[in-house]
Amino acid sequence: MKNIWFIAKKELQAYFSSPIAYVVIAVFLLLVGFFFYSLIMWFNSQAMQLAQNPAYYQQININQMVFSPLLHNMSIILLLMLPLLTMRLFAEEKKIGTEELLFTSPVSINQIILGKYLASLIVLAVMLLLTGLLMIFTFAYGNPELAPLLDGYLGLFLMGAAFLAIGIFYSSLTENQIVAAILTFGTLLLFWVLNWAGSAAAGIWKDALNYVSFFQHFDDMTRGILDTSDLVYYLSFSFFGLFLTHSVIQSRRWR
Amino acid sequence: MIEVAELVKRYGDFSAVKGISFKVERGKIWGLLGPNAAGKTTTMRILTGYLPATDGKAVVAGFDVFEQATEVKKATGYLPEVVPLYPEMTVSSYLGFVAEIKGVSSAKKKEAVGRALHAGGLESVRHRLIKNISRGYKQRVGIAQALIHDPQVLILDEPTIGLDPAQIIEIRELIKSLRGERTILLSTHILAEVTQTCDGVVIINEGKLMASGSLDELTASYGGKDGTIVKLRKGGEKAAALFRGLPGVETAVPEGGEVRIEWGRGQDCRDDIARLAVEEGLGLLEMRPAAMNIEDLYLKIVSGGVVQ
Repeated sequence: MKNIWFIAKKELQAYFSSPIAYVVIAVFLLLVGFFFYSLIMWFNSQAMQLAQNPAYYQQININQMVFSPLLHNMSIILLLMLPLLTMRLFAEEKKIGTEELLFTSPVSINQIILGKYLASLIVLAVMLLLTGLLMIFTFAYGNPELAPLLDGYLGLFLMGAAFLAIGIFYSSLTENQIVAAILTFGTLLLFWVLNWAGSAAAGIWKDALNYVSFFQHFDDMTRGILDTSDLVYYLSFSFFGLFLTHSVIQSRRWR
Repeated sequence: MIEVAELVKRYGDFSAVKGISFKVERGKIWGLLGPNAAGKTTTMRILTGYLPATDGKAVVAGFDVFEQATEVKKATGYLPEVVPLYPEMTVSSYLGFVAEIKGVSSAKKKEAVGRALHAGGLESVRHRLIKNISRGYKQRVGIAQALIHDPQVLILDEPTIGLDPAQIIEIRELIKSLRGERTILLSTHILAEVTQTCDGVVIINEGKLMASGSLDELTASYGGKDGTIVKLRKGGEKAAALFRGLPGVETAVPEGGEVRIEWGRGQDCRDDIARLAVEEGLGLLEMRPAAMNIEDLYLKIVSGGVVQ
């Protein structure tokens, strides 16, 4: 456990002593802030119009009209930005030769992988927590429901965790950070697109494609539905990514 | 302390190491000598547990490298060929990180970092970023990180490569100062490094063991002769012929203004040679040992393929 933390601490230091973490967090917040602003403005104008008619007024729901689309937008921004957090984790160690230090230290491969993964999860958590500031305003001036929002955030975090695990896997494959980022980005995009293919397909294919896609599972969670199958999906995805990373590192050393 | 038996490493069809065996005793500094691509780095990577061997056995600090890898890693300090440094870290935070992952307890971490800084002569750069310090300092940081957990065994891969002559001398002095309880194996393709720092040497070429032993043993088994080179004001064949007449002297060959004189190991003809030179008025300017040196030995072994 201690070793995992030592590795994570070093990675966090690396994130925050270089511009990477600051730039990723800042750009993420900027985009989220923009989407939040547009959605709130749209929500306001809708509310104004619908306020004329008491029957419609009952249907105005900030959770559905602002939070759900915002969480979806955030998931796409994460898809674009998280590969930049994971690309250097193993690729750089390989390139500058420091992996020889790590692998000749009394620290297991699992501890190294988990330490790096933990550091990237912490950065992800910081990104998501900072967007919470925006949400506070909606609670100050409106009365949204908290539980569905938290569920959505949980979904976002779990999906981000899966993205990071895949990113770490690609980082372990190459010593070129750009290559790692592009492969991660491509894979995530593919899983996103599978969702569209799923809506076009029929029968068992539809179910299979929908199950594999990241976003089908996320959709439930943004609407406040907490299903164990969604949790299992994201956790097993993350586990799979880390497991592949372990296999890559192990097999490269035995080759 | 380091024992290697029939070590083999194959990458596909290519064999980098073809059955090397040697033994380094506790408290000694040994050199792993060979031309580039001889298998030095591969051997060291196997000893430190970075690479698994294809076949053979290696014991470091009493632990089997393959069976008890973690124990070996705890007992070994390793300076890889490419010094493993994080450019964005300061020297002391880097050493602190290495101390942590090498298993130094948090209570002793500060002391360990202080000791490593001192050993490497790094106090003046401790707060600087590694990317901003000179090459010589980087190399010292590399040696300091190898020492951080006070290991019994040190494995240094080309510790003086890429340094200027003054820095090379500094690093050699540093390595010599570590002699004592520690067993040190350093690799090099520079011969002078071995004669100046090491007690013994393992010579490998193309993955094969060419010779191993202490410097004295090797010189004795390959040379079999002692000798001297005298520089004379009146050198040449005539002087050489006079020296050949001395009892014990086997050969005396003029080389320019100098004469190279050899005799059988175990005797010492230098007194007679000096006396003769003075008596005959040859103008003795200089006299220096021409023992079968490590350079001759190395060239002979690597080119001739004389296997012990």
